[in-house]
Amino acid sequence: MSNRVPLLQMKSISKDFFGNQVLSDISLTLDAGEVLGLVGENGAGKSTLMKILFGMDVIAQTGGYGGDILIGGEKVVFDSPFAALEAGIGMVHQEFSLIPGFTAAENILLNREPTNRQSVLSQVFSDRLSTLDRKKMDETAARAIEMVGVDISGSMLSSDMPIGIKQFTEIARELSKEQLKLLILDEPTAVLTEQEAETLLSSVRNMAARGIAVIFITHRLQEILDICDKVVVMRDGHVVKEVAAGEATIPDLARWMVGRTVESVQHQDRATAGSARTVMSIRNLWVDMPGEVVRNVSLDVREGEILGIGGLAGQGKLGIPNGIMGLYPAGGQVNFDGRDIPLNEPRKCLDAQLAFVSEDRRGVGLLLDESLEWNIAFPAMQIHDKFLKPLLGGLIKWRDDRAIKEVTLKYIDQLQIKCTGPRQKARELSGGNQQKVCLSKAFALEPKFLFVSEPTRGIDIGAKALVLDALKKFNRESGVTVVMISSELEELRQTCDRIAIISGGKVAGILPAAASSEEFGLLMVEQVR
Amino acid sequence: MKKQSQASGAGAVARFLRQNSVPLMFIIICAVLIPISGFSAGYLINEIVTRMGRNIFLILSLLIPITAGMGLNFGMTLGAMAGEIALILVSDWQIWGIPGIVLAMIVSIPISVGLGLLCGKILNMAKGREMVTSYITSFFIGGVYMLVVLYMMGPIIPIAHSSIKLPRGYGIRNTVSLLSMRQSLDNLLAIRVLGVKIPTLTFLIIGLMCLGIVWFGKTKLGQDMRAVGQDIQVARDAGIDVERTRLISIIISTVLAGFGMIIYLQNMGNLSTYSSHTQIGMFCIAALLVGGASVEKASIGNVFLGVILFHLMFIVAPQAGAKITGDSMIGEYFRVFASYGVITIALIMYETRKRKAKLMAGRQLQLAQSEDVK
Repeated sequence: MSNRVPLLQMKSISKDFFGNQVLSDISLTLDAGEVLGLVGENGAGKSTLMKILFGMDVIAQTGGYGGDILIGGEKVVFDSPFAALEAGIGMVHQEFSLIPGFTAAENILLNREPTNRQSVLSQVFSDRLSTLDRKKMDETAARAIEMVGVDISGSMLSSDMPIGIKQFTEIARELSKEQLKLLILDEPTAVLTEQEAETLLSSVRNMAARGIAVIFITHRLQEILDICDKVVVMRDGHVVKEVAAGEATIPDLARWMVGRTVESVQHQDRATAGSARTVMSIRNLWVDMPGEVVRNVSLDVREGEILGIGGLAGQGKLGIPNGIMGLYPAGGQVNFDGRDIPLNEPRKCLDAQLAFVSEDRRGVGLLLDESLEWNIAFPAMQIHDKFLKPLLGGLIKWRDDRAIKEVTLKYIDQLQIKCTGPRQKARELSGGNQQKVCLSKAFALEPKFLFVSEPTRGIDIGAKALVLDALKKFNRESGVTVVMISSELEELRQTCDRIAIISGGKVAGILPAAASSEEFGLLMVEQVR
Repeated sequence: MKKQSQASGAGAVARFLRQNSVPLMFIIICAVLIPISGFSAGYLINEIVTRMGRNIFLILSLLIPITAGMGLNFGMTLGAMAGEIALILVSDWQIWGIPGIVLAMIVSIPISVGLGLLCGKILNMAKGREMVTSYITSFFIGGVYMLVVLYMMGPIIPIAHSSIKLPRGYGIRNTVSLLSMRQSLDNLLAIRVLGVKIPTLTFLIIGLMCLGIVWFGKTKLGQDMRAVGQDIQVARDAGIDVERTRLISIIISTVLAGFGMIIYLQNMGNLSTYSSHTQIGMFCIAALLVGGASVEKASIGNVFLGVILFHLMFIVAPQAGAKITGDSMIGEYFRVFASYGVITIALIMYETRKRKAKLMAGRQLQLAQSEDVK
């Protein structure tokens, strides 16, 4: 090779969290203008590697890392994200970091606002007393937005932005930094609709063309093949494959990621299972869930089936379970098993033996600081008086710790929850395992009817299959009717009997799982608002 | 089309009513009580103008911590104490009139900064619970103030004049007369319009202060405070020194409260050494809330409207109470009842309004849907 120095070199990076080796001997190089796709299952070490590169505090707090990072041939050690920013590394995180009451322009230039020339006060006290140069702010922000290639008004409040625009605003913030040489995008398309994801990919290409190197982390393998120059596949803290994107196919990538052959998609061939009896009928449902508004949805769910609800992000599919279960204001009629379910009263739904696995597992789904046992048993204990022993003729109810432990161990075993034991805190588990705990919790309720919202969001392929299998098994063996809401059509088609597509807050149509992708695709974009 | 615009017009009125329910409620109370009290318009206007000059500066000191997301700064009491200590010292040094007031302001600055620093440090340790923490901190510092004024003034801090000392030889009397500088700020450049005395200089100072606050909002520091106020974590990630920014906002508030207290006391003409500051935070916060401010949003307009409405009620309520029941004690009761009640009601009303807003969004959706069905 020539003596050209690559922009970024990582040499035998290793990291352990208190003896638990999460990265070993990771080496990669990246040239200016190159797009590197980083793939791997959850827990493969992608995030940790990026945290090291970005100098996050948590790395230093847990004893630093081994190996060297070289930028432009010089060894660097970042002790904080600001040092990394200084060196030209930008990162767009999965969580949004925008100030709700600020405009796009204010957010893009947050804490880097241009100021007017110094006044007397700013010289006496500090630079922070100079006034902001609004005109220059607007110009700089507009330039950055243009670079992203979307149309965002600089004066739009971020609290009014749809989720995709928020993502683009964050990217514009990174691009507006003049020293930017390397941009890390951590699952940027996870929250975007397909069109938005397209826009994002093309703006990544633009960045690369301007000489900015990009590290692109995603679970959507097609995107990797579309825009990356090379792909690095990680598994269990090792780089298992580094290959030019043109030389890989999706099955290859998937195989390298999980280290085994993923069987090709097999569709549900179960004939429309379940009786024709309607177990839940929804009439004229509206739900006011911000970003997922539901308008006038009528839907019948048959007993014993798995009904899928799909559709693009922000079209209202998530609003349906959240509205019926009383988490967001809703109206209309919902009839379950011959009785009307009062809306806006979560307890009544639970009493009627409905259960819900929320898409917001950290917020709604889990007691993060409690043990697995508690997480799994708590709702059942609270709602159906399970795991309680009556004492003194029922005067006092005593917690049945042994039964709780038994049931927890059962689910740990059944769903292969990776943990140190039933007493580990939910916070300490990885995303996929947290999702499994959420499912166990719903299963422990022994409901008649189960809503599962985005059960596979943010979890890796291996865990996905397990979660979906567990759902199917639960449906077949216990005869529980399941309504599964998911953004991933493929997954719905594998799991469900029928799939309803929600578009613009309404039911665009219901198709059997075996219908062709084109039919689904057409329904999805039909009434997009 | 026409029907639609009418509907949206009615909606706008309803929205206006909802958003301004607290000030509107007080306008109604005042409208009922003013005729009952039987005060003349001239008297009322005179009283209101006096009280505006007296109180507005104090209330303005509350604005900056609200922007910084620290809620209503009950810790402004600390600034009030600093102002009082400064006034005691200056009146002992026998510096009178405007120079006395200016000197008192200068003396109050280091005391306010010190107390503000302490309060800010404490509040940085109690993020999310600033209001109750600052409230209790002001009680604690009240004790320290008592120690200083009651025991240390005399033996440790030299106090020369026996007129302000307790007869036992140390400590300060219950009341310190500020006759020497009484209303000297208000009377300078004062003009009379239709029998109403307008304290021009005081109003000028207030006007400058308002401009200052507007200017401050446009500075980098003001922008940082708004960012910190809305999302601490995001602000921190963007490299803003959150702790320092919050600290500065409390220090500014405390210093301004000190100035405000000096303006307030020069108007009153005497200082109740051990009680002037105890209620001041409560009254200022009540006035600001009456003006339509909330825990997270307040403007200069809220300050002015609040002072007018709150003090109008303060003036007329005792008299109206006495007229209705024939007992003057009932009027005193009414005063206290009103000011504590105001804070409670205002906080409750804002809370319910927040919930209503959520409900309304749902109802609109239902409405839109029923139109769809048709």
